[in-house]
Amino acid sequence: MTAGVKESRKLGLGIVSSFKKHWRLHVLALPVLVYLLIFSYAPMFGVILGFENYSVAKGFFGSEWLGLRNFEFLFHTLDAWRITRNTVLYNIAFITVNTSLSVLLALVLNEMYLRKLSKVIQTMMIMPYFLSMSVVAIIVYAFIGANGVVNSIIKSMGRSGTNWYIYKPLWPFLLVFISAWKGVGYTAIVYVASISGISQEYYEAAVLDGATKLQQARYVTLPHLKHIIVIMLILSMGGMFKGDIGLSYNVTMNSGAIYEVVDVIDSYVYRALKTLGNTGMSTAAGLYQSVVGFILIMISNKIVRHVDEESALF
Amino acid sequence: MSKAKEDNSFLKINRIKPATNAVFSVVMSVIAVLTVVPVVLVFIISITSSESLTYRGFSFFPLSTSFIAYNSLFKTGSQLVDSYVVTIVVTAIHTVASVLIMTMYAYVLAQQRFTARKFYTFVVFFTMLFSGGLVPSYIINVNVLHLYDTFWILVLSSMVSAFNIIVLRTFISTTIPIELFDAAQIDGASEFRIFGSIVIPLSKAGLATIGLFVLVGKWNEWFTGMLYIDTPKLVPLQTMLTRIQQQIDFIKNNSSLASSPDGMALLKNMPSEQTRMAILVLTTVPVLFAYPFFQRFFIHGMTIGSVKG
Repeated sequence: MTAGVKESRKLGLGIVSSFKKHWRLHVLALPVLVYLLIFSYAPMFGVILGFENYSVAKGFFGSEWLGLRNFEFLFHTLDAWRITRNTVLYNIAFITVNTSLSVLLALVLNEMYLRKLSKVIQTMMIMPYFLSMSVVAIIVYAFIGANGVVNSIIKSMGRSGTNWYIYKPLWPFLLVFISAWKGVGYTAIVYVASISGISQEYYEAAVLDGATKLQQARYVTLPHLKHIIVIMLILSMGGMFKGDIGLSYNVTMNSGAIYEVVDVIDSYVYRALKTLGNTGMSTAAGLYQSVVGFILIMISNKIVRHVDEESALF
Repeated sequence: MSKAKEDNSFLKINRIKPATNAVFSVVMSVIAVLTVVPVVLVFIISITSSESLTYRGFSFFPLSTSFIAYNSLFKTGSQLVDSYVVTIVVTAIHTVASVLIMTMYAYVLAQQRFTARKFYTFVVFFTMLFSGGLVPSYIINVNVLHLYDTFWILVLSSMVSAFNIIVLRTFISTTIPIELFDAAQIDGASEFRIFGSIVIPLSKAGLATIGLFVLVGKWNEWFTGMLYIDTPKLVPLQTMLTRIQQQIDFIKNNSSLASSPDGMALLKNMPSEQTRMAILVLTTVPVLFAYPFFQRFFIHGMTIGSVKG
């Protein structure tokens, strides 16, 4: 690394000759570089939209400058608080439920000694991971739609069905449940893979000391997993401000009656853009999300560095 | 050999009790079955007869079955065929292009002695930290690049993932020893040559893993279509599913619209509930049948992904 720094300090001629020597590497890097400049970096400068009253005719640079008015408007509505709260709370719930369930399942799967059965079970549990949110939305509809299984059961008991898509108390639980159903199988298998990487010698020593199976899980397996779990938890803190539009928009069928409990920043921005066509405010909301997300990643990386330098992102 | 035997016998001694194993097996089997049951339900609805649907609603045990939904889809399903074709073509081009350009870039990042490496690493890494958000990129794609309602927005969207590039870079630098690059260079091979005849063949496993993730991701993508596509011929499968479902829901929940002649005509032309479930089954079947074969790759991919470089 220091050699690289020194090399790059041999200014002028060094750069030219290095370029001549390695021009092929630059060519290989070019497609991704161009792609990122157009599709990632240009939009970063596009955030000036959040400060103006954009019109297509006048373009990025000619549109009326509003300063912070879009942000003021956003934070004066109840929306800003609501979508922030929902985004953060859902993420906390998803992370807690999914992590604890998948660790538990991994511990159990790892102990089952009929390997074939364990493999079949893993194959079945990972299945929802491969379903798109469009498909999940319709599966959910099959259960709680007007004609759905739930209403059929209610009707067979002589009562009338409910329109679940306007029933607020259901949704926080349902979305957490769906997220677990979709993701736990996959993460459990990741944990099974890392458990199988633990050296047998630890268990042999534990058995010699007379440890029961439960004690082995408690004092050997979990401490080994703790490392990866802690890192995953801290890193997911950086994603605290990213909502899952598939769950909040697609699975809820964009039902207006339950926005209060399901709307997240991403679905809000999408609707503000597509339905209201309000580019200024939706850019402002997106920028708010990106900036806070950036700060959170920086903080969580600092914490990871503190806990375990090896696992830090940068 | 004897070591392996020893380990084996230790594993046997250290087993859980047969009774515990039985309980675990039963509980886990039940959970596994419950996991796949929702998909089975959708399949059952797709072959439920209309009479049974009226009397019983959606049920695991329909009164009678019928394949009319599939029949009518195959007879009049031109939208389904269009969407299938678009999805297959888009997924194929996207996957090949995405894996190729990301591997090229990852190879550059793996060149420890290349001075511009730091710059290239930063360029890709920064996109993980900050993004302009949905709206600016929408405005640029629509008003500057004129990609609205085009085939190419479907192919190009999310083609480069910083995470995948870093995984590929780690894969290349851990599986291919740097001496091999040096030896090839001394033999006079150019960097293109090295990429084509060393990097690609030796990182096949990594390419396959990333390729599968990219492929499944593209096949399942619904959002790009929702955002950018209007022309029916260009609507991908998943977007089509979401659109149909939301349109029907919108009309039904709008009682004045639903009882108006226009609304009733619209609803009549919409696919029945069985048909929608049949579309879902046809959309999902390729992925569901493929994944047990690829499971090995996916697990392999998850472990290489966890190696940090």
